[in-house]
Amino acid sequence: MGGYSISDLWSIVVMQGFSGLSLFSVLLLMALGLAIIFGQMGVINMAHGEFMTIGAYTIYLFSKVTEQYFPALMPYYFVIAIFAAFGIAFAAGYLVEYLLIRHLYKRPLDTLLATWGLSLIMQQIFRTVFGAREVSATLPDWLMGSWKPTPDIDIPLNGLFVMGISVVVTAAVILFLYRSTWGLRVRATTQNRVMAGSVGINTKKIDRVTFAVGCGIAGIAGATFTTIASTGPTSGSLYIVDTFLVVVFGGAGSVVGTVSSAFSIAQAQSILTFFLTNAMGKVVTLLTIIIILMLRPEGLFTSKVRK
Amino acid sequence: MSNPIFSVSGVDSGYGQSQVIHELNLDVGKKEIVAVMGRNGMGKTTLFKTLMGIIPSIRGSISVDGKQLDGLEPYQRVQHGLAYVPQGRMIFSNMTVVENIQTGLPASAQGRVPEELYALFPVLFDMRTRKGGNLSGGQQQQLAIARALATNPKVLLLDEPTEGIQPSIIKDIAKSLKEIRDLRDLTIIVSEQVLSFTLDIADRFFVIDKGKFVYEDQRANVDEKTISQYLSI
Repeated sequence: MGGYSISDLWSIVVMQGFSGLSLFSVLLLMALGLAIIFGQMGVINMAHGEFMTIGAYTIYLFSKVTEQYFPALMPYYFVIAIFAAFGIAFAAGYLVEYLLIRHLYKRPLDTLLATWGLSLIMQQIFRTVFGAREVSATLPDWLMGSWKPTPDIDIPLNGLFVMGISVVVTAAVILFLYRSTWGLRVRATTQNRVMAGSVGINTKKIDRVTFAVGCGIAGIAGATFTTIASTGPTSGSLYIVDTFLVVVFGGAGSVVGTVSSAFSIAQAQSILTFFLTNAMGKVVTLLTIIIILMLRPEGLFTSKVRK
Repeated sequence: MSNPIFSVSGVDSGYGQSQVIHELNLDVGKKEIVAVMGRNGMGKTTLFKTLMGIIPSIRGSISVDGKQLDGLEPYQRVQHGLAYVPQGRMIFSNMTVVENIQTGLPASAQGRVPEELYALFPVLFDMRTRKGGNLSGGQQQQLAIARALATNPKVLLLDEPTEGIQPSIIKDIAKSLKEIRDLRDLTIIVSEQVLSFTLDIADRFFVIDKGKFVYEDQRANVDEKTISQYLSI
């Protein structure tokens, strides 16, 4: 690391750390949805990335329509579009569960194949509708620019915004899981499906809503993603591998685990890729995860109770 | 029997090709406690799972309070007044005691645990914020019963409730069951291998052997010897 002064290094760590935080925010939102779906139904949703892309294209559409017809509303459209991104991804998830996933719950390998096929189909639909080229939403002015706490440190506002959203959504998910009747039923179903049915919980209905909520959260991830990168038909699939890493590393079904594992993976990648090359950064991260998983096969966080 | 609250007629059930339960008939009246005795592997648990709808029945019909339950999902059977405490208790071990009870509450209760449940099982009130998995076996059994009672059942199915539980708590559970029967006009069907517990609470006895009832009698006519003969190997 020759050639850097102490204050240079500090600025680099802060800025790379911050770009890691933006990555962390997107990964976290993706992983939350994937983790609650996997935790409850044991379904590995290979199409999760495409639900993220749905959210991203929603923002793009909203920005184009607003620009064309209601230019006065440009500063505000983004907030409404985030809700729309959740709503559309939620509806798509609900439909997919009803048409496809629910028939495959007893065949885990088939859900893997089916959702992978679904992801290919969705990618092609995006390509046909929006074209193969990447598109960018026109962001409102208040998302542009950066915040400079010192002359050397440059923190982009859109990154701060992404972080804010993911904090709010994570808090909402935790609140729903631990304070609402829906959350109680989700947790009961996750732990023991047969018993949950035997105390009067309609587990099939819970499954459908949970799947849809997971997809809706991916939609929000896609919405926030548009503020830091442009959207293409395969944008979501680029994130899916990292998202799986986060879920496995954190311990499926534990929200605290998901948060801390998303944080450590995103930070490691962001800071390491600056000092090493992009590929080496990934290799080091992966190797570390593999070693830790060999020592703790159930992931970082698992709750300690009698089995 | 006139107007049984719980009625099973001609039920066959099993797993895949192997039939375990053969043409079982059972009528249970309101407030009655019925014991189904039998050795391991004679079909007690299969019978209970069939009644609950966890295993589909091959033939026959089951009804609670005149309503047919055939083909219904377990959660729908719960809505019709059936409740189930499985063998091995199966509490939600990562959830607190309160949350475990809340899973059974109907939506109308809005998450409030009825006082009478805590009155029946005071230990659950003391432990309400503990995780279910950190309770002792006896406490877990009481929790599983409280969770089932939270659904406001007409008929309670208890599968081997005394398995692996210390004798003093078995006595407590017997007392609570009789109390709740009188309090709520509850009908209870309990499967057991241990005679002392059922002699204490049951009004009527059945013995199940290879998926069929081979013996039936009222409590008054039953002595330990008659049933022990069936239970000995």
